[in-house]
Amino acid sequence: MLNLETPRKFRPLVHQARQVAESVFRPISRKYDHAEHAYPVELDMLAAIMDGMNDGTTGEGAGAGKLKQDKKTEEGIINGTNMSTVLGLQELCWGDVGLSLTLPRQGLGNAAIAAVANEEQFARFGSKWAAMAITEPDTGSDSANIRTTAKKDGDHYILNGEKIFVTSGERADAVVVWASLDRSIGRAAIKSFVVEKGTPGMEIVRLEKKLGIKASDTAAITFTDCRVPASNLLGSDVIDTDKGFAGVMQTFDNTRPVVAAMAIGVGKAALDRTWEILNKHDIKAKYKGNPKNLTQMEAQLYRYEAEWEAARLLTLKAAWMADNGQPNSKEASMAKAKAGRVGNDITLGCVALLGALGYSEDELLEKWARDSKILDIFEGTQQIQQLIIARRLLGKTSAELR
Amino acid sequence: MAKDIQGTGLSLASQFAGSKWANKLGLRKPAEKLAYISTKAGFKFIGKLTQKKQAKNSDASVSKNSREKKIFDLSLTDEQEMIKDTVRSYASEVVRDLAHDANENIALPENFLEDSAALGLNFFSVPEALGGAAQGHTPTTSAIISEELAWGDFSLALATLAPVSVANAIVRWGSEKQQNKWLPLWLADDPVRACIAVQEQHPLFEANKLSCKAKRTGKGFEISGEKVLVPLGGNCQVYLVAAQYGGKPHLFIVPGDSNGISFKKSPAMGLRAAETGTLILNNVKVDSDALLSADKNRFSYKEFIDYGQLHWCSLAIGTCQAALDYCITYANERIAFGEPISHRQSVAFMISNMAIEIESMRLLTWRAAALAEQGKPFHREAYLAHLLCVEKAMEIGTNAVQVLGGHGFTKEHPAERWYRDLRILGSITSGLHL
Repeated sequence: MLNLETPRKFRPLVHQARQVAESVFRPISRKYDHAEHAYPVELDMLAAIMDGMNDGTTGEGAGAGKLKQDKKTEEGIINGTNMSTVLGLQELCWGDVGLSLTLPRQGLGNAAIAAVANEEQFARFGSKWAAMAITEPDTGSDSANIRTTAKKDGDHYILNGEKIFVTSGERADAVVVWASLDRSIGRAAIKSFVVEKGTPGMEIVRLEKKLGIKASDTAAITFTDCRVPASNLLGSDVIDTDKGFAGVMQTFDNTRPVVAAMAIGVGKAALDRTWEILNKHDIKAKYKGNPKNLTQMEAQLYRYEAEWEAARLLTLKAAWMADNGQPNSKEASMAKAKAGRVGNDITLGCVALLGALGYSEDELLEKWARDSKILDIFEGTQQIQQLIIARRLLGKTSAELR
Repeated sequence: MAKDIQGTGLSLASQFAGSKWANKLGLRKPAEKLAYISTKAGFKFIGKLTQKKQAKNSDASVSKNSREKKIFDLSLTDEQEMIKDTVRSYASEVVRDLAHDANENIALPENFLEDSAALGLNFFSVPEALGGAAQGHTPTTSAIISEELAWGDFSLALATLAPVSVANAIVRWGSEKQQNKWLPLWLADDPVRACIAVQEQHPLFEANKLSCKAKRTGKGFEISGEKVLVPLGGNCQVYLVAAQYGGKPHLFIVPGDSNGISFKKSPAMGLRAAETGTLILNNVKVDSDALLSADKNRFSYKEFIDYGQLHWCSLAIGTCQAALDYCITYANERIAFGEPISHRQSVAFMISNMAIEIESMRLLTWRAAALAEQGKPFHREAYLAHLLCVEKAMEIGTNAVQVLGGHGFTKEHPAERWYRDLRILGSITSGLHL
């Protein structure tokens, strides 16, 4: 039965997330945009609240640490964790993307742990704040090509290599590191390892200075003969050439809609603020008449709003599929591709529409327009999403459609 | 959103946690603990409340449907799946094959309306009480039907659905007398010919500022004006005509054989098989019962327009899906530089984007239709859905030709027809009705 409204049971969660965005994030948004690399101490308190939200919501909860593909059940259609996480993150990012990204225990590593950790590992790492380390200086979107190695040595693996662009790499308690057991085998030999902070041989060498999301730390980390317990390898240690890499990549089906939701959140922030400013000048949204007769300003804002709704609904669809055990790789990429570009378009467009006011640091609009760019890049660029979608639609392998 | 008590509390707690003296005094940790407990308790409480409410609702014989509607759901009902399959096979096995020649001949294929009557769409638009089989107000099902038919061909879908649209409007707003008088036509053996006429020729046309005027006469009304892009070649039994009356737009049920009605064939860039033309009303007299919008409390011209635009959206989605499906096959079969052109990102990405935008169009349209079905306000959603569909339908029509290259420009392939048909989205207001 078609119904595309946000389910009532998530309203408290959405409301709470919006309150956090408005009362905690917004007031300190500019402060940490200026003070890049300073740790937002206000967030420790917030992490406690987030844990409360996760544990307190009936049944499913929300947050990176709860994301997983649900098994198909006999109970019929449900709205679960994937949807609540998407809804919550959207609201938080309406407040501030950078601060949302540096929320303790909400890292992408937590999503990876939730997706593939066994029970024993989940008990050890479930409550830790985990970052994700995939990218290397010479390996970006071609993540199957990573050079970091993991060599078995008794009860340990020895990691060697360099990782960059690790979100929360400095602040997190642990980092989930992608490394190859045997580079000659290729992608199937890539496994992920939980490396706890302070492990000898792991060194944070640099924090990036960035265009936006400055409240979130982005670290470069080196691993030099870094010994990690063998039991920290997530998933199976068997090299399965059939599905090895697909397993690690599966995390993305759950996390891409979440990043899409972040773009939707920041896009909405820009739209809301722009209308708020225009309302003071007696320009109000009426949704009336032939679009050809509207002012350029109104026509553009309605266009943005329509695009924004499209991104939002595509994202809810991908999350809904994950909650109901339907394979959603294509849909997750569609949501990410659409939301990534729409979020960027809207935030930049609002800056342009408002002229000098939009460009000024007196407003947060210019900041949102800088923050939003990363959302069309990380968790797979616009172009990578399009490749994934096209391969699915056209029935092509990654060797054919490159 | 205004801050509520919880928000204000958070704000204070946050200021506290961020302040230098809280840090100095080592007070941050207890504050965190407190925040955790109060939030957790708050959530458990609200959770219980919602559960209680739900339990209450289920006790109070709430219909199964209204309970289901509480969750976000993109699955079709079994009935909708069945209807979708039926219409799709008709579209692919019958409609698609007829489309090329019908477009070239600027005419409906012989017996087309008679043959498509087998789908029972007319029958399903009349309420059970009047001998039909309508299951109540189902815009989502209508949207699905329209989409599947237009997958076969845009113009032929328009010709099939124009009469259904008139019935939908009469069922929605007609008085009992009007329904009894007109709806039996939709049950007749000879398929009814009827359509909605709103659009006028002048640029920057606004549907609520009509040049077509109606005035009161002793016995009824007299209507004069011109309507364009009116389908079905001028031989309709009934027209639903929008005319300005008393300073406002109103709808009139006008018998096709009224004195003063004439029709001038005026083929356009697309929709050619639907036999569009200009309907001229020259002092056409109708009786006082012809006013469909008489009941001010029930009738909404805004909703009338919204249902119409959503219907165009549904047709566009179907035709865009047809274009995408066609492009996928073509790009995989067409060889250039020794491999299928689908191996090139410049081609493949056009196809990805078509898929992304078609799904966007569909979700916005479905959302508006589902709200309408639940009796909730849906104007903003319909307006935005239409805005998106106008832009994306035209873009997809253009790109479908581009993927096929020079071949797309020829009549060997349907892409050039879709290119022309899809332009209608930005050029018409109303004329259909979900």
